[in-house]
Amino acid sequence: MTSDLNATFGQLLGRLSWDAIPYHEPILVATFAGAAVVGLAVLLLITRLHAWGSLWRDWITSIDHKKIGIMYMVLGVVMLLRGFADAAMMRAQQAVAFGDAAGFLPPHHYDQIFTAHGVIMIFFVAMPLVTGLMNYIVPLQIGARDVAFPFLNNFSFWMTAGGVVLVMLSLFIGEFARTGWLAYPPLSGLLQSPDVGVDYYLWALQIAGIGTTLSGINLIATIIKMRAPGMTMMKMPVFTWTALCTNVLIVATFPILAGTLALLTMDRYLGTNFFTNDLGGNPMLYVSLIWMWGHPEVYILVLPVFGIFSEVVSTFSSKRLFGYTSMVYATVVITILSYLVWLHHFFTMGSGASVNSFFGITTMIISIPTGAKMFNWLFTMYRGRIRFEVPMLWTVGFMVTFVIGGMTGVLLAVPPADFVLHNSLFLVAHFHNVIIGGVVFGIFAAINYWFPKAFGYRLDAFWGKVSFWFWFVGFWVAFSPVYVLGLMGVTRRLSHFDDPSLQIWFQIAAVGGLLIACGIAAFLVQLAVSWRHRAALRDVTGDPWNGRTLEWSTASPPPEYNFAFTPNVHDGDAWHDMKRRGHQRPTAGFKPIHLPKNTAAGVVIAGLTTLCGFALIWHMWLVAGVAFAATLVAAIVHTFDYGRDFHLPAETVARTEQARTLQLAAAAS
Amino acid sequence: MTRTTSIVRPLSRLLLPTALLGLAGCESIVLKPAGDVALQQSQLLVHSTLLLLLIIVPVIVLTLLFAWRYRASHTAATYRPDWGHSTRLELVIWGVPLLIILALGAMTWISTHKLDPYRPLDRIDAQRPVAVDTKPLVVQVVALDWKWLFVYPEQGIATVNELAAPVDRPIEFRITSSTVMNAFYVPALAGMVYAMPAMETKLHAVINRAGTYEGFSSNYSGAGFSGMRFTFLGLAGDDFARWVARNREGAAMLDREAYRRLEQPSKQEPVRRYASVDPALYDAIVDRCVVPGQMCQHQMMAIDAAGGSGKAGLSAVASVPWGDGQRRIVAGLCTPTDPLGLRTAAR
Repeated sequence: MTSDLNATFGQLLGRLSWDAIPYHEPILVATFAGAAVVGLAVLLLITRLHAWGSLWRDWITSIDHKKIGIMYMVLGVVMLLRGFADAAMMRAQQAVAFGDAAGFLPPHHYDQIFTAHGVIMIFFVAMPLVTGLMNYIVPLQIGARDVAFPFLNNFSFWMTAGGVVLVMLSLFIGEFARTGWLAYPPLSGLLQSPDVGVDYYLWALQIAGIGTTLSGINLIATIIKMRAPGMTMMKMPVFTWTALCTNVLIVATFPILAGTLALLTMDRYLGTNFFTNDLGGNPMLYVSLIWMWGHPEVYILVLPVFGIFSEVVSTFSSKRLFGYTSMVYATVVITILSYLVWLHHFFTMGSGASVNSFFGITTMIISIPTGAKMFNWLFTMYRGRIRFEVPMLWTVGFMVTFVIGGMTGVLLAVPPADFVLHNSLFLVAHFHNVIIGGVVFGIFAAINYWFPKAFGYRLDAFWGKVSFWFWFVGFWVAFSPVYVLGLMGVTRRLSHFDDPSLQIWFQIAAVGGLLIACGIAAFLVQLAVSWRHRAALRDVTGDPWNGRTLEWSTASPPPEYNFAFTPNVHDGDAWHDMKRRGHQRPTAGFKPIHLPKNTAAGVVIAGLTTLCGFALIWHMWLVAGVAFAATLVAAIVHTFDYGRDFHLPAETVARTEQARTLQLAAAAS
Repeated sequence: MTRTTSIVRPLSRLLLPTALLGLAGCESIVLKPAGDVALQQSQLLVHSTLLLLLIIVPVIVLTLLFAWRYRASHTAATYRPDWGHSTRLELVIWGVPLLIILALGAMTWISTHKLDPYRPLDRIDAQRPVAVDTKPLVVQVVALDWKWLFVYPEQGIATVNELAAPVDRPIEFRITSSTVMNAFYVPALAGMVYAMPAMETKLHAVINRAGTYEGFSSNYSGAGFSGMRFTFLGLAGDDFARWVARNREGAAMLDREAYRRLEQPSKQEPVRRYASVDPALYDAIVDRCVVPGQMCQHQMMAIDAAGGSGKAGLSAVASVPWGDGQRRIVAGLCTPTDPLGLRTAAR
C-alpha cells in the first residue's frame, strides 16, 4: 500500500525531492528568508489596505495598455534588483578570490550566478523595461485608445512574468544553469549538465519568449493600423519609429530563439542529437543559430532607447529634432544590418578569413547610421535652449559614454583584434558600456521623462540627479578597470585568480559596483520621496516639459480611453504643432467610447503554461500533461467569451473631461 | 550654478578611463606580447583605436561644448527652434563616418587575411621572413575537463599543462577538445582559437622572446574552468632539445587506455609528461573513436553518405560510459517490440 502511494507520489513529483531545496547554502537560505519576509510584508500590506479586489480588477486582469506598461516596468525594476544582487556577488568574489583565498562562492554557485545575471538582465530587466515603455507610450504617441489586441497584450505580460517566476523559483528549488547566458552545448547538453538548471533556463526563456513574440506582433499591428488620421509614416514620432523597427526585429528573430531552444530541449528530453558531439550532432550549429537571434536582440534593446533619447533631446532643447528623415533611415538601416553581423560573435571558431572579414565589415558599417544618430542629437542641441532636467542629464551622460562603447565595439569587429579580445574582460566592459551606457541610461531618462504622464506627478529632481551621478561615475569606476584587465589578458567567467597584481583592478571595480548600488538606492529613494511630495510635484497640465508629441496632449495620468476625440495630425511634432496653432481642447459633443473589457484569461492561461513548464523541468509528466491540457482548454474556453467589449457612456466621458477642464482652469488662474 | 557643474564634470570622468588605459600599457600582455602574431594583432588594435578616436574625440568635445553653450540660462546664444535640416551637415554626418569605416574596412580585409590563424606564417618577425624549407613545429592540443594535453608528433612526446616551443620557429597548433568547447589562448603568443570536440581548428604562431608565459582556456567550460591554466615556455638555443629529452626520461606512455583515464574530469592537474604517445591517438580523439570498437565519425559519415547502415549499424555506436561512469552516451532505436529502444542501448 505504502509503496503504491510512494509510486503515485513519485510519478507526481518526478525528480523533485527534498534534496532539491538548498537549505545547506547559507547565502540562499538568507535570501529566501529575506524574500519571504518582504513577500509577507507586501501581502499583509495589500490585505490591510483591502487592495486585493482592486489589484485583481485594476491591474492583474487589466487589458489597458497603460496598466500593462506599468506592470512591465515594475517587473523590470524588481528584477533589476535581483540581477544587480548577482552582479554584486560576482564583483565581491572577484575582488577577494586570489591565490589561497577561494572567496565565498564555490564554482558550483558562482557559475549559476553569472549565468543568472546575464539571463535576468537581458530577458527580465531590459526586455520588460523596454516593452513596458513601448506599451505605455506608443498608443499615446500615435493617438490610439489602446493597442491592436488588448487581451493579447495582457497575456504577453503574464507569459513574461511566468518566465520570471521560473527563474526565481530556481533560486530556492533546484538550481539554475551553470553554462553562461547563452547556454552553449555541449556544456548545456544532457551529458555535461544533467541537472535541472538548463531546463529552468530553457522553459523560462521559451515561455517568456512567447510573450515577447506576441507583444511584438501586437505593437507592429498597432503602429501600422492605429495611427491617428494625418500621421503618415514620416510624421510618426521617432520613438514610435524605433518601436516599430524593434518589434519587426522581435517578430523576425524570436522564432529563431524559440526554434534553437526547442532543438536543445529535444536533445535533452527526447534523445535527439542536434547539438551533441556524437551521432552527427554539431554544437557549432547552436552557436550560429543562437547568435542569429542574439545579435539582433541587442538592437531590439537599444533601438527604442535611441528613440527615447531623440524625444528627450528635442523636448529639452526646446527645438525640432535635427535630421528627422535621416534619423528614420538610420534606424531602418540598423534594423536591416543587424541581421548581417551575427558571426562576429565567433570569429575565433575557425571561420575563413573572407567570412570573418565580411562579418567584421558589416559590423563596422552599423557604426555609420549609429554615428549619424549621434550627430543628429548633437545638432538638435545646437542652437537650442537646453534645460538640464534629469532626463537630459541622462542623455548627455549617454552621449559621452556610449561613443566609447561604440568605439570598443568597432575594435572588437576587427577580426584580428577580436582574436586577442574575444571572451576577455575587454569584451565584458564593452557590452556593459553599451548596455548600461545606452539601454539603462535611456530607461532612466525615460522613467524620469514619462513618469509624470503615468502617475500625475513629477519625480523629485534632486534624488534623480543623485541617482544619475552615482550611476554615471559608478559605471566608469566599475568598468574602466575591467577594460584594463581585458588588455592585461584576463578573460571572463573566472571565479578565482592566481596573479596578485590583478587584484587592485578588481577592487576598484568593486568600488564602482558600490557606487552603482548607491545609484539604484537613490532611484528607489527618488520614487519614495516623490510619492510623499506628490502634491507639490503634481502635474495638472498634462504637459510638464512643454512636450512635442501627442502623449502630452492628454491628462496626467490619461483617462482609460486616452483620447476623447481622436486627434488630427498635421506635423511630425503633432502636439507642438497643435499648441502653436492655438488648439482648443474639445469640451462638448462626446460620444460613447468602445473599449475592451478586463479578463482573467491571460493570467490563467499563462499561469497554467508556467505550471506546465515547471512540471517539465522536474519531469513530472503527469502534472505536465494535465497542465498542458488545461492550458488548451482555458484558451478554447476564452474563445467563447463573447462579452469582451463595452461602451463607456458619453456622460462618463463628459464627466471625466469636465473634471479636467476645471483642473486646467484652476491651474491657469 | 548647479547646472554649470553638472556639465563640466563629465569631462573629468571621461579623462579618467583614458588615463587608466594609458597606465595599462606598461603591464598589458595584450599590448606588449612576445610573439609576432600577437604583436601584429596588438598593433592593429592600436592603429584602429587611433583611427576611431579621430571621430570619437570631436563628438565628445562637441557634446560637452553644445551642452554648455546652449544651456537655457545662456540666453545670448542663438536659438533656432524650427531648424531641423541641413543637407550639407547631413553629408558630413554620413560622409565622415563612412570614410573612416572605408579606411578601417580596408585595414580589416587585409589584416584578417594576413593574420588568418589557418595561414602558415611567412615571417618570424618584422625583419625576418620564414625560410622556404622551414618545417613548423606541430603541436596537437586537446582541451580536456579541465586540463590541457599537448602532443608533439615529431618528438613523439606529450605533456599535460605545460607547453614549450623553440624561439623563432613557426608553430602549427592543431586544436580539438574532448567534451565541451574551450578556447586555446596564450596572450603573449597569439590570439585565441576555439577548441571544439569532434572538430579540429588551427593556429599558426611564433614566439620571439624566451620566457615563461601564461596560457589558459578563455571559453567557460564548467566547474574546473578557473584552474584550467598551463605554462607556455619559449625556449632559446638548445633548451628546447633539453626539454624534449627531459620528457623522454620517464616511462609513461600515452596510449588509448592512459588517455581514457586522463580524460576523466579533474581540477588543478599538475604537469605530467609522457615519454611516448600512440601516434594515432590524436586523430582518434578528433574522430571520437578512442574507445576500441567505437565507430569513427568519418566512417559513420561515409556510411551515412552511402545511404546509412540501418538498424544493424547502431551496434557500433551505442553506449559509451563517460565521466563518473553513471552517464552514458547512448544510441537507441525504437521498434514495435522495443518501444523505448532499450535493447539496442543496453547492449
